Amino acid sequence: MERYRFLLSGSGGQGVITMAILLAETASIQEGLMSVQSQSYGPEARGGATRSDVIVADTPILFPKVTQPNILVALTNEAAAKYLPLIRPGGLLLYDSELVQPGERIDAQRIGLPMYRATREKLGRTVAFNICVLGALVSLTEIVRLPSVRKTLEKNFVPAHHEANKTALGLGVELAKPHSWDRY
Amino acid sequence: MSKKERNISFVQGNEACVRGALYAGVKFFAGYPITPSTEIAEQLARELPRIGGSFIQMEDEIASMCAVCGASLAGSKAMTATSGPGFSLKQEAIGYAVMAEIPCVVVNVQRAGPSTGLPTKAAQGDVNQARWGTHGDHSIIAMTASGIQDVFNVTIEAFNFAETYRTPVILLFDEVVGHMREKLVIPPQGELPVVERLKTSVKVGVNYHPYLPREDGRLPMSDYGGEHRFHVTGLYHNIWGFPTENPDESHRLLRHLVDKLENRAHLLARWKEHHLEDAESVLISYGSSARSALHHVEGCRAKGHRHGLLELQTLWPFPKQLVREKTARARHVFVVEMNMGQITSQVKAVVDDPDNVFLINRLDGSLVTPSDIESIIRVVEGRGV
Repeated sequence: MERYRFLLSGSGGQGVITMAILLAETASIQEGLMSVQSQSYGPEARGGATRSDVIVADTPILFPKVTQPNILVALTNEAAAKYLPLIRPGGLLLYDSELVQPGERIDAQRIGLPMYRATREKLGRTVAFNICVLGALVSLTEIVRLPSVRKTLEKNFVPAHHEANKTALGLGVELAKPHSWDRY
Repeated sequence: MSKKERNISFVQGNEACVRGALYAGVKFFAGYPITPSTEIAEQLARELPRIGGSFIQMEDEIASMCAVCGASLAGSKAMTATSGPGFSLKQEAIGYAVMAEIPCVVVNVQRAGPSTGLPTKAAQGDVNQARWGTHGDHSIIAMTASGIQDVFNVTIEAFNFAETYRTPVILLFDEVVGHMREKLVIPPQGELPVVERLKTSVKVGVNYHPYLPREDGRLPMSDYGGEHRFHVTGLYHNIWGFPTENPDESHRLLRHLVDKLENRAHLLARWKEHHLEDAESVLISYGSSARSALHHVEGCRAKGHRHGLLELQTLWPFPKQLVREKTARARHVFVVEMNMGQITSQVKAVVDDPDNVFLINRLDGSLVTPSDIESIIRVVEGRGV
């Protein structure tokens, strides 16, 4: 298989790192693939730019960082501005259409979805925003299967959050449905 | 979990270290949380009370290290975890553990220094501090790892070495390995060897000499505050543990502290090797940098370049013989590390041609990349940038 190099970025508190862990854990534990997740962050607990790298492959992953992502997720303008120049030509940019206005000059497919608004309207709060993004990401890349993601979510969260997570994941999948990643 | 079942999880290096420590039988942790090692304290705070162990968050790192010494003397397998600034503070009590021969494990998840440095960024600048951070002639064991499964294994090994040789063992991880997540497979208890505390067979009421070696050189212990009364000190001491200024006893003690590890460097050496059989260029690396080095080596092999990697897991005592052997036929030797050449200088000291040893490093808090490595090697090999 081709290597999937994800760079997930946003601001501290949005759940970027959690989303990355869930994705990588699903690939590694549920799908039997190899994955490595790492992160780069500043000293802030909230705010500040957050970045997490996930590599998924079927051969051993040595260098654990992503230098040129083929999938970039940007959840703030700051993150988009910082990481857009890194994306591989032909790569995919997934961004939140309410929070991010990405620049024009990139040779990548851009898919903007109102994930933040959808989470807020459907669930009344935005705590599961990252799970909605995960749903869209999984739907567009098809790197792991949705039932596998649901298993990981149930394993990692207390039962009180299962329903909201399932809803948020489904929201992301629905939003991404009309789109597809046109790979070379 | 049934006895035979393997526990598979997706965890950080810091959690793998905790799992390894628990597997090895750790019962006591004292520490002061610091990035990027905090998860070790956090998880042991949850796990140790569940198994009847103790977790204490102390007022600082000095007290933490002293508490670890006390707990170990009293019979518990004990550890602490910190990063650069805390490691500096622990040095005095690490020296005490060396002198009093107290088994313990000190984890340093390295970040960029000196001082508070770059708290959330990676570096490997504490290699020499692990060796010579505490004053006076002594020897010490320091180990490291580049992947999550290796962190687990090396942590168990660290506890085994600490118990076998009655010494502090330093685990020098780094921010990348500490925070990176990968799959971890924990084998059933009993599958990996665990060295238990060697207790004295001297009966209650009979004189016990805490520093009288057995035939094989090992020093059986008695839980402090338990069946035997004995003295422990940081001063030069005799077989009773009482201070001595006798030149013969002083000489013998220092030689013992140094020789018990330096003479066993070959037994303490742990390493991994990749494509060394016919390698013209040998890379030497350790910790997270070794991942970048191996990435480079595998890429080179695909293009027909004969590069190989020696990944060191034991840094101290420095495995001189191993490095000499593995580099004997190399045209060039490259040491990949994230400091100003702390292991490079060791390598230069043991090879026949030190001018053929080149440092490939990175000092900006980022993990050295395979392309950093590639560009330097191309120049040295005369292939141009």
